Amino acid sequence: MGFVEKAVIMDGEEMQRAIMRIAHEIIEANKGTQNLVVLGIQRRGVPLARQLAEAIERVESARLPIGSLDITFYRDDLSTLGPAPRVGHTEVPFDVTDRNVILVDDVLYTGRTVRAALDEIMDWGRPRAIRLAVLIDRGHRELPIRPDFVGKNVPTSQREVIKVKVQEIDGVQEVVVGEVQQA
Amino acid sequence: MDWNWRSIPAEYVIANVRVCRGGKLAKRRGFLHVKKGKVETVGVGEPTAEGFPTLDAGGWVCAPGLVDLHAHFREPGQEEKETIATGSRAAAAGGFTAVVTMPNTQPAIDNAGLVRYVIDRGLEAGLCRVFPTGAISTGRTGETLCEYGEMVAAGAVGFTDDGSPVAHGGLMRNALEYASMLGVPIVSHAEDRTLAGAGVMHEGYWATRLGLEGIPRAAEDACTYRDIELARATGAHLHVAHVSTRGSVELIRRAKAEGVRVTAEATPHHLTLDHSLCRSWSTMFKMNPPLREPDDVAAVAQALAEGVIDCVSTDHAPHTATEKELQFDQAPFGVVGLETALAVGITHLVREGRLDLGVLVQRMSERPAEIFHLPCGRLEEGNDADFMLFDPDEIWSVDPAALQSKSKNTAFAGQTLTGRVKATFLRGRLTWRDADGSLEK
Amino acid sequence: MILKRKDLLGLEELAAEEILGILDVAEQFRNIFDRPVRKVPIMRGRTVVNLFFEPSTRTRISFELAEKRLSADIVNFSASTSSLKKGETLRDTAENIEAMKVDMIIMRHGSPGSAAYLARVLKSSVINAGDGAHEHPTQGLLDMMTMRQRLGNLAGRNVTIIGDIAHSRVARSNIWGLTKLGAQVTVCGPPTMMPPDVRRLGVRVEYDLRRAVDGADVLNILRVQLERQARSVFPSNREYHRMFGVTEEVVRLLKPECFIMHPGPMNRDVEISSEVADGPRQVILEQVTNGVAVRMAIIYLLSGGDPGSLRGETD
Repeated sequence: MGFVEKAVIMDGEEMQRAIMRIAHEIIEANKGTQNLVVLGIQRRGVPLARQLAEAIERVESARLPIGSLDITFYRDDLSTLGPAPRVGHTEVPFDVTDRNVILVDDVLYTGRTVRAALDEIMDWGRPRAIRLAVLIDRGHRELPIRPDFVGKNVPTSQREVIKVKVQEIDGVQEVVVGEVQQA
Repeated sequence: MDWNWRSIPAEYVIANVRVCRGGKLAKRRGFLHVKKGKVETVGVGEPTAEGFPTLDAGGWVCAPGLVDLHAHFREPGQEEKETIATGSRAAAAGGFTAVVTMPNTQPAIDNAGLVRYVIDRGLEAGLCRVFPTGAISTGRTGETLCEYGEMVAAGAVGFTDDGSPVAHGGLMRNALEYASMLGVPIVSHAEDRTLAGAGVMHEGYWATRLGLEGIPRAAEDACTYRDIELARATGAHLHVAHVSTRGSVELIRRAKAEGVRVTAEATPHHLTLDHSLCRSWSTMFKMNPPLREPDDVAAVAQALAEGVIDCVSTDHAPHTATEKELQFDQAPFGVVGLETALAVGITHLVREGRLDLGVLVQRMSERPAEIFHLPCGRLEEGNDADFMLFDPDEIWSVDPAALQSKSKNTAFAGQTLTGRVKATFLRGRLTWRDADGSLEK
Repeated sequence: MILKRKDLLGLEELAAEEILGILDVAEQFRNIFDRPVRKVPIMRGRTVVNLFFEPSTRTRISFELAEKRLSADIVNFSASTSSLKKGETLRDTAENIEAMKVDMIIMRHGSPGSAAYLARVLKSSVINAGDGAHEHPTQGLLDMMTMRQRLGNLAGRNVTIIGDIAHSRVARSNIWGLTKLGAQVTVCGPPTMMPPDVRRLGVRVEYDLRRAVDGADVLNILRVQLERQARSVFPSNREYHRMFGVTEEVVRLLKPECFIMHPGPMNRDVEISSEVADGPRQVILEQVTNGVAVRMAIIYLLSGGDPGSLRGETD
């Protein structure tokens, strides 16, 4: 199986603009940066969370605490066997209780990852609120979950795949849409 | 007249066979003429006798009925494993016409009445000659001698505490001396139990790997040494059962050279299999003595070829599936062997060039009968017509379910073997025919 | 997938990459122990049976905690409550348990090969929690996890195992695992505790404790089975302690960074002196903590777990 790119739907500059817009919306909704923390979902949610925190810092000159979540152990599909493993880390270097948590992921699709992330956050404490920020919302939700902040809505078919590429992992910032082809 | 397997007359001819006797396989085709249960003629070329039903055996080998000096028929007492009737059927299917049974039944064969019981049950089954051995000691407890005189008079052909060694050297000495008066051998299950300990397989690399307790070679060799020295001292006939180590082979070789009256046997499994098979945890490779190392296997096979080891004995030891289903350290020792013995010898010794077919047959018939003074084992004019026919080239695969023995615990399950017993005759009567797998008397 | 297998029967059957993969996942589970909630929901709805035919408090508690921290449902079944005493075979018992629809069986049994036997007859996953003197793979893994936390890469490291090698499943699992990872293993004990042909397992044999510990990065001290004294495997506790006991005097011969492990429970002043048992070199409690993490990793991976497959592309 190979992934065949069909189109670039966001370039680096557009990604940066979307992140900056989300940063403004968060500050607006939160009425400032008080009590805010950012948690990225492994893997590409983590660098996006960092970029979002930097954007907020540029606007408000406030450095937000950042953490990462590996939701592997909270998944609901244990018996579904996947490809080769990668080791990620959950790192929450602050107490989430009574904080306003911004949960960040690259693509929102079925909602199952976010469900797992919510469960994991609850095991770390009791936040006052959790808001969801995603770069791409591609639809096809299987759970009653909706994002609070969206970079771009991209209607897709289920055969299609959205890939978000970030500088830290992929050496480039862009979002592509493509299809997985059977060999 | 036509040959009919279903109705074999009093007089008949088996034609187109290669006769195998005296350690040699005849190069030319020949025939066997049987009359009223006796061998009338063993001839070369076309049959000279005419007018009798004649079987064209198509080149099969015609050999003396095989003789096993070591089988456990479990009756009385453990009929769930085997009976004298089912054991006899397994023997016939393996080409055997005579079997020496071991006395470790429940109760042990330790008096004349029980010796007669075994003989009678054998006659009732009527598929092979059954020659019981008696226990060395009453109840096989290793304490007091049985009444050897009465038991020999009743038909016992030797004495042994097989299954357990005789721990007490003094008792072993007395047994040898006393039995020598009666002209029968003492069979030694050579094992020093204090050295064997809780061992369940050969002590060596594989026991180390598997974490199973080992039985060292020295457990066998030390006891073999003691018994040979007792045979030397008493002048009695010692028969060493199931030799498994190169050390015991050397002790027997030296003793024979020095004139000690010692004979020995080896089993098909000790002649061909080694301890690495235990890695599968299969209890079909658990026997006592255990499967040893490749150099032991080679030494035992070499000794058989040289005649240092006189004969092949099966140590046919049936156990139920439930017992063998236990974990390795808890399952009982032993495997069945009657129905695979000849083919294992042909496949692993003859076809690998280590033994002539004629010698193998001799080591499974004439020689064992000779050392135990049994009235059988020779295919000669005037003798009882105990013989068997086998195809030395037929290839078959061992299917435990197809065994005639009541128990299916074979170490050769699934093995492809060469050489198949086609028919067995006892006193001229058919006791086994392979054609359709059914038994016809 | 790290483990493409139904069962974990021993370290003999694992490749080095599998061992390292298990240890990596175990480290992730180890991290969970520092969270406010030391539990993850991944095994919710799965049933694990702890089938213990030998008494073992530590290993059973460790497995039980691992299962609980994975949110599995647990049934404990020990020999005293089993029907095996009524003549039921292991197969009957196991098939009965499986018929009640369980997902995994953890078994401790005195007979070598028991776990392999169970794995062959059952469809459920089987984890060997010790089978006679054969293997104790989770102990081997937790030992290696502890060593790796302190030493990093184990290749080329010197590990000395001291005690009754012949009758030790811990020794065998350590030897298999460590040699696969490239460590140099030395085994030390009296010849009566040394199994035949042990060098063929790839280890160095040393009967002199002082030479055995020379250059060692780790000592792994086995528990002496005191009842073996009755079978003349060694003359007395006193003499064993004098010749093979790890004492302050032995510790003075060690490299400064060499540390000391023991699978527990210890016979103080037999295989290890009390001062050493309580001293700064021992890492026994780290082993205990790692034991839970390693067992979580094994249970998780054999249940089809795969860290990372959902991240990124799939959602």
